[in-house]
Amino acid sequence: MTDPKSLGVSGTADAAVAEVTARSGTGHPRSLASDAWHDLRRRPLFGISVGLIAVLLVLAAFPQLFTSADPTAGDLARSRRPPSAQAWFGYDLFGRDVYARTIYGTRVSIIVGVLATTLTVLVGGTMGILAGYYGGWIDGLLSRITDVFFALPFLLGAIVVLATFRESIGGGAIGITALVVLTMAGLSWPVAMRIMRSAAIAARQQDYVRAARGLGASPLRIIRRHMLPNCLAPVLVYATIALGAFIGAEATLSFLGIGLRDPVVSWGVMISEARQYLRVSPFLLLFPAGFLAVTVLAFVMLGDAVREAFDPRSR
Amino acid sequence: MGRYVLRRLLQLVPVLIGTTFLIYLLVWTIPGDPFAGKCGDRACPDSYITAMREKYNLDDSLLVQYGKYLASLVQGDFGETFSGIEVSELIANAYPVTLKLALVALVIEAVIGLVAGVLTGLRSGSFLDNLVLVSTLFLIAIPVFVTGFVLQITLGLRWGIIDPTVSAAANLSELIVPGFVLGSLSMAYVTRLTRTSIAENRRSDYVRTAVAKGLAPRRVVGVHLMRNSAIPVVTFLGVNLGELMGGAIVTEGIFNIRGIGGLVFGAILTKEVATVTGVVTLLVIVYLLMNLLVDVLYAVLDPRIRYD
Repeated sequence: MTDPKSLGVSGTADAAVAEVTARSGTGHPRSLASDAWHDLRRRPLFGISVGLIAVLLVLAAFPQLFTSADPTAGDLARSRRPPSAQAWFGYDLFGRDVYARTIYGTRVSIIVGVLATTLTVLVGGTMGILAGYYGGWIDGLLSRITDVFFALPFLLGAIVVLATFRESIGGGAIGITALVVLTMAGLSWPVAMRIMRSAAIAARQQDYVRAARGLGASPLRIIRRHMLPNCLAPVLVYATIALGAFIGAEATLSFLGIGLRDPVVSWGVMISEARQYLRVSPFLLLFPAGFLAVTVLAFVMLGDAVREAFDPRSR
Repeated sequence: MGRYVLRRLLQLVPVLIGTTFLIYLLVWTIPGDPFAGKCGDRACPDSYITAMREKYNLDDSLLVQYGKYLASLVQGDFGETFSGIEVSELIANAYPVTLKLALVALVIEAVIGLVAGVLTGLRSGSFLDNLVLVSTLFLIAIPVFVTGFVLQITLGLRWGIIDPTVSAAANLSELIVPGFVLGSLSMAYVTRLTRTSIAENRRSDYVRTAVAKGLAPRRVVGVHLMRNSAIPVVTFLGVNLGELMGGAIVTEGIFNIRGIGGLVFGAILTKEVATVTGVVTLLVIVYLLMNLLVDVLYAVLDPRIRYD
C-alpha cells in the first residue's frame, strides 16, 4: 500500500449509483443502512477485521498494559540482540526493546491513519458535495483545482512537501506527526472529492431534493439534511480502505527517510531504522512490518466487507 | 470524437500550469542556499553569486521567475542545473529506465492479474477463488518495500538466482523482479477488478444469448465476456502507468535502479528547481495523456458509449 490514490478507481464510485437503487429484497422493507448491517453481521471477514481492529485500538490506547519496558530507553550493551525470553522481539541498534517499541508504535501509526483519513474526507467531501450540488462554474473551478492536485504523483509530491517544511517544524513529536498527516491528506483529498461529487450529482436529480427545493429550503439545509445522508456511504467505504492505505503510506514515507523520525515511535520509523541492518538482523524489520501488514489487512478487509454490503449487485 | 479529444486537450493546459506552479512554489520554499558548498571549502565570491543569480533569474519575484521558466518550457527547453548540466539531458538518461521499469510492471500485473481474475471470476466460490482472494489481500496489506527487500534477500543473496542490484544498463531480464515488486499492489487490484467484472457480466443477457445460440465456450468468454469486462480494467491499467512511474522511487531505491526517483530525490536536496519541476511535469503529462487515452478507449471497447 504505497499510494492511497490508486484506491478510488476500483468500484467505490459504483456503490454510489447502486446505493440509490438498493432495497431489501426479502419481505418488509428495510433502510439501506440496516440492510447493509444485516448483511455485514453474517460475513466472517467482517468479524475477523473488527476483532483485529479492536485489539489494535486497545494496544493504541493502553500500551502500558502490554509491556513494562520503556520504548525509548536504550542500552548499547544489548545492541541488536536477537529475540529471547527477556525481550520477545529482540533489541534494536540502540538496545531498545523492539517489542515495547512495536506496541507503543501502534498509537502513532493509528493516529496518523485516522487523522489523515478524517482530513481527506472532510476537505474532499465538502468540496465534492458543493461542486456536485451547485454545478456550473463552481463545479468547473473546484474540479480544475482537484485535477491539479490529483495529477501530482503521491510519493514525489509528498517528498517535495516534506522536504520543504522539514526544517521549519522543529524536532517536536507533534510537529513531525502533524506535517506527515497534512501532507498525506493534502495529496489524497481529490479522490474523496471525486467520489462525493459523483454521488452528489446523482442525488441532485432525485425527487426528494427537487421537492425540498420547491418547498423553499435553503441550499445549506438541502445539502445538510437531504444530500449528505444520501451521499455519505461511498465516501465512508473509501475512507475505511484509505485508512489502511494511509498507515502503509506513513511507513513508506518514513522508510524513505522523510516521514516520521525520532523521537516519534512508529512502525515506519522502526522499519526505516532496520533497513541498514536487514542482512544481519532481519527480525528488526520482521516485527514492525508484520504488525503493519496485519493492521492494513484489517482495515482493507473491513472496507471490502462494507463495500460489498452496500453494493446489492454483489449479493 | 475529434472535437471531444480537442476539448480535453485544451482542458489539460490549466491543470498543467497549476501543477507546475505548485511544484515550483514548493521547491522554491525549501530552505537552503543553492550555491552553498559550490566553491569547495571557502565561501563563494560575491561576483560568482551575483553572476549566477543573474543567470538563473533568482533576483526576480517568484511569479516572474515562473513565467520565464514556463516560457522556455513551452519552447522545449527544460533549463539547466546550477552546475550547468542540461536538465533535458538528465531526464533523457533517467526517464527511459523508469519508463521501462513501469512498463515491465504493467505487463506483469496485467498478464497475471487478468488470468487470475478471469479464472476466479468464472468459478466464484471455488477453492481457487478463495485462495486468490486471500493472496490479493496479503499483496495489498504488505508494503512494497517489504516485498522488495524479501525478494532481494531470498532470490538475490540467499539463492543467487538474480543479481541483488540492477546494473546501469538496466536490461529487461534484470528488471523482471523489480517490475514484479513495483506492480505487486496493482496486480492485486487488477485481479479483483477483473474477477468482479467477469462475475457480474457472466449473468447478463448477452452472455446467455451467446450460449443459447450455440457458440463455443471459448468464444463466449474470449470475445463476448472479455470485451465488456475489460472496461474497468483498462481504466485502471491506463491510470496506473502514471502512478507506477511516480511510485517507482521505492523500488528504484531498493534495487539501485538509476531512474527518475533518485534524480528527483537528489535534486530536492540540492534545491535544483529546474530538475524537480521538469521531471514532475513530464510525469503529470504522462498521467493526463493516459487518462485521455483511457476515455477514448471506452468508446472503442463499448459501442454504447459515444462522445459528441
